[in-house]
Amino acid sequence: MPVPVILFHIPGALRCLARALFPFAGVAAVVLLGACTQQPNDPYPVAEAGRNILYGVFSERPKHLDPVQSFSEDEATFLYQIVEPPLQYHYLKRPYELEPGVAASLPRVRYFDAAGVELGDKPDPGQVARSVFEITLRAGVRFQPHPAFARDAQGAPRYLNMSAQDLAHLRGPLDFAELDSRELVAADYVYQIKRLAHPRLHSPILELMAEYLPGLKTLHETLAQENKKRPAAWLDLDDFPLEGVEVVDRYTYRITLQGIYPQFRYWLTMPFFSAMPREVDRFFAQPGMAEKNFTLDYWPVGTGPYMLAENDPNARMVLRKNPNFRHDTYPCEGEEGDRERGLLADCGKVLPFIDEIVFTREREDIPRWNKFLQGYYDASGISSDNFDQAVSMGGGGEVSLSDEMAARGIRLLTSVSPSVFYMGFNMLDPVVGDVGDAAARERARKLRQAISIVLDMEEFISIFLNGRGIPAMHPVPPGIFGAREGEVGINPVVYTWRDGRAQRRSLDEAKRLLAEAGWPNGRNAQSGEALVIHLDTTSSGLGDKARSDWMTKKFRALGVQFEVRATDWNRFQDKILRGSAQFFFFGWNADYPDPENLLFLLYGPQGKVGAQGQNASNYHNDAYDRLFEQMKVMPDGPARQAVIDRMVAIVQNDAPWVFGFHPLAYSLQHGWIQNRKPGGDIMRNGLKYQRLDIDAREAARRQWNQPVLWPLVLAGMALIIFILPAVRSWQRRERATARSATGLGPGPGGMA
Amino acid sequence: MFAYLLRRLGYAIPILLGVNLLTFLLFFVVNSPDDMARMQLGAKYAGPEAVERWKVERGYDKPMFVNAAQSGGAQFTDTLFVTKSLSMFTFEFGRADDGRDIAQEIRARMGPSLAIALPGFLLSLVVTITLALLLVFFRATALDFWGVVLCVVMMSISSMFYIIGGQWLVAKVWRLVPVSGYAGGIDAMRFLVLPVLISVVGGLGAGTRWYRTIFLEEISRDYVRTARAKGLSELAVLFRHVLKNALIPILTGVVVVIPALFMGSLLIESFFAVPGLGSYTIEAIRAQDFAVVRAMVFIGSMLYIVGLVLTDISYTLVDPRVRLG
Repeated sequence: MPVPVILFHIPGALRCLARALFPFAGVAAVVLLGACTQQPNDPYPVAEAGRNILYGVFSERPKHLDPVQSFSEDEATFLYQIVEPPLQYHYLKRPYELEPGVAASLPRVRYFDAAGVELGDKPDPGQVARSVFEITLRAGVRFQPHPAFARDAQGAPRYLNMSAQDLAHLRGPLDFAELDSRELVAADYVYQIKRLAHPRLHSPILELMAEYLPGLKTLHETLAQENKKRPAAWLDLDDFPLEGVEVVDRYTYRITLQGIYPQFRYWLTMPFFSAMPREVDRFFAQPGMAEKNFTLDYWPVGTGPYMLAENDPNARMVLRKNPNFRHDTYPCEGEEGDRERGLLADCGKVLPFIDEIVFTREREDIPRWNKFLQGYYDASGISSDNFDQAVSMGGGGEVSLSDEMAARGIRLLTSVSPSVFYMGFNMLDPVVGDVGDAAARERARKLRQAISIVLDMEEFISIFLNGRGIPAMHPVPPGIFGAREGEVGINPVVYTWRDGRAQRRSLDEAKRLLAEAGWPNGRNAQSGEALVIHLDTTSSGLGDKARSDWMTKKFRALGVQFEVRATDWNRFQDKILRGSAQFFFFGWNADYPDPENLLFLLYGPQGKVGAQGQNASNYHNDAYDRLFEQMKVMPDGPARQAVIDRMVAIVQNDAPWVFGFHPLAYSLQHGWIQNRKPGGDIMRNGLKYQRLDIDAREAARRQWNQPVLWPLVLAGMALIIFILPAVRSWQRRERATARSATGLGPGPGGMA
Repeated sequence: MFAYLLRRLGYAIPILLGVNLLTFLLFFVVNSPDDMARMQLGAKYAGPEAVERWKVERGYDKPMFVNAAQSGGAQFTDTLFVTKSLSMFTFEFGRADDGRDIAQEIRARMGPSLAIALPGFLLSLVVTITLALLLVFFRATALDFWGVVLCVVMMSISSMFYIIGGQWLVAKVWRLVPVSGYAGGIDAMRFLVLPVLISVVGGLGAGTRWYRTIFLEEISRDYVRTARAKGLSELAVLFRHVLKNALIPILTGVVVVIPALFMGSLLIESFFAVPGLGSYTIEAIRAQDFAVVRAMVFIGSMLYIVGLVLTDISYTLVDPRVRLG
């Protein structure tokens, strides 16, 4: 019998009413049942109430958690808390400073010439044939508990040759009955470096590292052949030597690089160079493991402060304190102002402070923001939708928290991201590029300069980024060595220094440059043909309506026609690779805080066309390239700064980019989190330093989340008010006769 | 009926082949294997060699349809289309391009999708049919008129409005349920109340109006007059006779969507952070993950075919005149 029939078969207005109200009773029951133990809108299990847990958010599911593959920001949030490379950045000091992590000290670097003669601490880079990094680890560091370390009574691995049945009811490595650990040794780091060459793993830095560590290429070829012979078998990397990487003793290993590469020390802060125990690699290589997603890509293993306890990349990732974490303490030094901000109050205390970190996947901004305001997330970014609610902009552009946020005890943290966003000219393009004879190239340079002036980045940042950006003067963002502030730091082609600040050059100057470029008022001086600049973009990039309208307006002021050639991401990438784009919008996040990682974006041999490198503009200037090669191997200091100044002056004059902006990262945190300092995408293992005031959080959550129950009562009453007359009318109709009592027409409520 | 089912199964094979071919063509018109490799490896340091290695490792280095380097049947079997698309017919979905097992992923996501879709679907059906019958009962009265107006208003409102408005009012202002999230077991109730309520309310206008139209058509038939003439109450006429006779058009629209409930709802799942299947295909398209796209399209079309067969079978249950042969 259909459900509606069952519902309406029992007569009686009261029963009808009861049924109509049932859904509300259901909601009320759920609400009240929840309210007995916690706030009804609390999204977390009752068992978590009052516990020392940090609640965070992630929006994109992590694709790779294997430290040899992972290279995206979303994954770094998890991975940097689990695995430990030998070095790390100081949590509080800025500019960023390297310090030993698991390493006992910063690595000792020795340089040798081609004859094998040691060259001293500050060698002539031209003479260096080999650089040797020797890294000594702290003794007594132990891995997180893991079944791969468990052994049986005979000392053999406890969990090898497992059947599908053995794995059937397990959800993750921590579900195994026996977990064990062992001490970290130098061989674990060597094993991981070999994994960079593993043909099944596709490490994104294999080619880059192979330039300095040629043994990686050889090892890759050897492993590829072995992989062909035994496609499904585990390859024990201990059986394959890697030239240039060796274990010196139990705690020391040595990496010998070809030539000189000072930036290598920054790579030693990344998970690519963390430790990988051989037995863990073997454990996950067993048949049947991958089908259960029991892989290193899903369940990374390390010595870090946290271990991955739950991995549901669609919903929730949980990091739990590693019971074997080494003795590590909160720093006692920081940058100026850190003491006043309370960031040194926990000096010398044992890390980590937080027991568990729960990340929940939120794909939409609105629910994420609402849950932050309810106190269910401890920190949040600020999307453009809620910017006005969160932040007040003063008349002078100064930023402060809105009154509403301040009243909740929320704090605002800002930092400059180590990134640059720019509009690049394709230097191979016949109109804007560096092609043709000297006169033509000079005209194109002036055209690029004119466009650089007219595209007002201050206005762009204000309109499209809610002021969250700093106009870029060159590729190096503030906070990284090489960036300069004040008058010496401005781009003189685009700005002048007046009244103590940088002021954009006038439209008239841009028009003058345009005329000198052979395009007076935007028309070819000889043929009268109109100048058209094409922006190649994706439709969600600069090609969106508002931004392309803004750019059209700016170009129109110069008398130049502007056209958007929007396409999809793949076609856009193709255009850039083939060099058929004219003008495009690009960005770069620095991997480490060294100017080399930004200035290489304009290094000739890095051109997209031909080398498929990172120089998307295909800019080439011999003087710049020579200076880059010189700067790259110099230590920070006045000499390096002088070289960078010369390089910057060259690119400012050549204007291969309209230097766009360096984004400002704004984030909010509730008052109950202590010791939070933005790491600017450089310092990513910061969760171990953070501390929570649980009582304050519980009190705030209770205060902010008292349920409002009257709407349920009101809805019930409204239903009664609406339903009663309907029921009465129903009954009247049911009782009605075909004709009225007078016999003159249909009775009340009768059928027509 | 068995012969009919076998025949339908036979029809399904060329349909699924066609869908596979179309998916393959559409996907590779937009994305080349090089694009896929760059997407998976990340744009930063992935050079041409890394791209080539990735393609070889994943089998994306083969020609699309004809492999001239091979001889005999291998010319056609050692191709991208055969190796990547035809394995679907053995239900071997393989691994996503990021290495995750697709069957495992589908199993994990199906539960949360059904937890919302199934109660939402059933409740919606009960409520809309009941309301439609009520409107028919009160037809040509003010209640009917304003009921239809309300239906038109409700169907004119975007589903985004219901979701955002519902979250704002019930979860944020009244604080009665969590804004978003999901949990297993009995704890799931707290998270399901609001999305289910919203999916019911969101479909109320269109559903009620549609069923009202069907019932109004039935109510003017001779058998209804006969039923009334023999003295049956209006309730009995509506629920025993009209509803039963209107089931054919209702089933046409309803049964076919039942298998598709497994596929989840993109918007509801996104806003309520439900780890369901609703966003799996979209995420895969964005990530240029052909392995997932082909698997989801294949499952989607198979479920649709199953839905159509079930619809045909359901006709025989509600109308004895229908014979499948």
